[in-house]
Amino acid sequence: MAWHKLRPYAMIAPAIVIFCLFFIYPIGYMIYLSFHEWNFVSPDKQFVGMQNFASLFGEREFIEVMQNTFIYTALTVSLTIVISLLLALWLNNNGSVYSLVQGAVFSPHIISLVSVSMLWMWLMDTDYGLLNWFLNLFGLANVSWLTDPSTSLFSLVIVAVWKGIGFNTLIFIAGLQSIPRDMYEAAQLDESSKARTFWKLTLPMLSPTLFFLTIIGMINSFQVFETISIMTQGGPINSTNTFVYYIYEYGFRYFKIGYSSAAGVLLLFIVGLLTILYFKLLAKRVHYR
Amino acid sequence: MAEIILKNVSKVFNNEEVIKDLNLKIHDGSFTVLVGPSGCGKSTTLRMIAGLEKQSSGEIWIGDQLVNDTPPGKRNIAMVFQNYALYPTMTVKGNIEFGLINKKVPRHEREELIREISEIVGLTDYLNKKPQQLSGGQRQRVALARAMVKKPKVFILDEPLSNLDAKLRGQMRTELIQLHKRLGTTFVYVTHDQVEAMSMGDEIVILNKGEIQQKASPMTVYHDPNNIFTASFIGTPAMNIIDYRLMKDDLPALNGDVKYVGFRPENILISRTENTDPHSVHLFGEVVTRETLGSETIYTVKTNAGVIHCKSFIEPLDSVRHVRLQIPYEKLYFFNNQGERNRSVTIKRIEPVLVKGGR
Repeated sequence: MAWHKLRPYAMIAPAIVIFCLFFIYPIGYMIYLSFHEWNFVSPDKQFVGMQNFASLFGEREFIEVMQNTFIYTALTVSLTIVISLLLALWLNNNGSVYSLVQGAVFSPHIISLVSVSMLWMWLMDTDYGLLNWFLNLFGLANVSWLTDPSTSLFSLVIVAVWKGIGFNTLIFIAGLQSIPRDMYEAAQLDESSKARTFWKLTLPMLSPTLFFLTIIGMINSFQVFETISIMTQGGPINSTNTFVYYIYEYGFRYFKIGYSSAAGVLLLFIVGLLTILYFKLLAKRVHYR
Repeated sequence: MAEIILKNVSKVFNNEEVIKDLNLKIHDGSFTVLVGPSGCGKSTTLRMIAGLEKQSSGEIWIGDQLVNDTPPGKRNIAMVFQNYALYPTMTVKGNIEFGLINKKVPRHEREELIREISEIVGLTDYLNKKPQQLSGGQRQRVALARAMVKKPKVFILDEPLSNLDAKLRGQMRTELIQLHKRLGTTFVYVTHDQVEAMSMGDEIVILNKGEIQQKASPMTVYHDPNNIFTASFIGTPAMNIIDYRLMKDDLPALNGDVKYVGFRPENILISRTENTDPHSVHLFGEVVTRETLGSETIYTVKTNAGVIHCKSFIEPLDSVRHVRLQIPYEKLYFFNNQGERNRSVTIKRIEPVLVKGGR
């Protein structure tokens, strides 16, 4: 074959090789492992069929993990989107105050998640934390942010929302700025109230942005790991244990590789399914220009 | 229906006064065109009437109502924007209906109005389409329908035809004129295109640097301009404006303050042979360029008095290099030092007139 025909393939070969090596192969290997029992060191992997999956659903701990993950994702995504949309609506103005606030809101996004976790651990410390100091200032009792099972998951949501707002706000502002100004003027002349203009014009015009941020946020939240690993290690009493942390624990602490791979396959399946569902259901309602 | 009055209106943007003490009366039922070069303040004036921009000082009256503090939606006006400003997420019907729903017009009445209006503008088959599925002309119709359906007292149009191609623009121009006749509502129309202004308006307001240069009917503006700006803004090619000193020898003595002399390209008689009409200016020059436009030919002629544009409706003088130009005295306009028209200047008809020809 002539070189000019081969060249395009040669050009994309590095990307394809890397993609296969670090993406396709691990996924395939994970699926393979999920049908086996293996302790990470022994040379023989014992084929067990669907047994890993069966025990996964039989485990009460895993059902809790699923619940935690869904609650965490739903809360994080919805809160982040609502708060950043409100912020974006407020910040979508020119002026030094606005750009200052915009910069301030965005800064958490560039801080490493590990640092963020450490920072919030300190802020949320039951005895010496700044949050409780504030509560005390108003005469309120201490809250055991991370050490009480009833609040620990929400505390993690707060951290995720705090970190996510900046990026989301920025994307929302970009979306808002792409809406032509004269459309709003036409609405003014049509005697449209502020609320009606928002629901009937702004929000539909923002739907592609909203759609994008929901999907990205959902996939990210489903894979939350760093904050949990650093701040709570899934505790107390499994209350903050989520999917990826569960996989990590079973794989690399208990060395039940097959079992943890089965959970990984399930995660892949759920995230894939949700994404497809989103595209099928929401894409119809999203307005693309 | 209503007349619009602007009293001592000014507008300051970032310490720069873009509109200076504007006084303007737009007659009830008129088709008034605000025209001027970009940055002359015509759009700002329009937007102040619409209420989209707040004037820095002065009063705006629509009908018998002082609207200084009235929001745009309550001014009983409708506006057509340059980029149509349709609501992209709504259907054509939704676009037309939006304002009616906001005004709490009952459903059956809305349906009736939409049916009626969409028939007038020819959109009946497109009511369920989204704006992005429509052509430019159709979008413009939707914008018009959205404005018309509110039955406003005043229509405000901000360069509505500038995004259309030449053919469609001509067609829409005619349609707008007919629409104005049919509705009898006051139309205020902004354009930078003098052809549009001349062909559509029954009154033209020429603006420059935030000040009114002249307000009159199209023919008055054309035949009786107030100043050099108006004279050279209206008409293509523009009026020839020549420094009086360069033409002094070609003209008999004048009584009055004259700095510039102007004459329209179409009032020049162009010929290859000498002409000796005693009541005309005679110039001799060399043809620099020739633009043959079919019905007319535009010559650029270099003369002693400067470069002169001539428009001629006779067969083009193809091979001729040197031509003689003749401009009748009564077609001359005189302007003073400030560029203002000096209407009192007359040419003393002393016979015999010294005729200056060429070499």
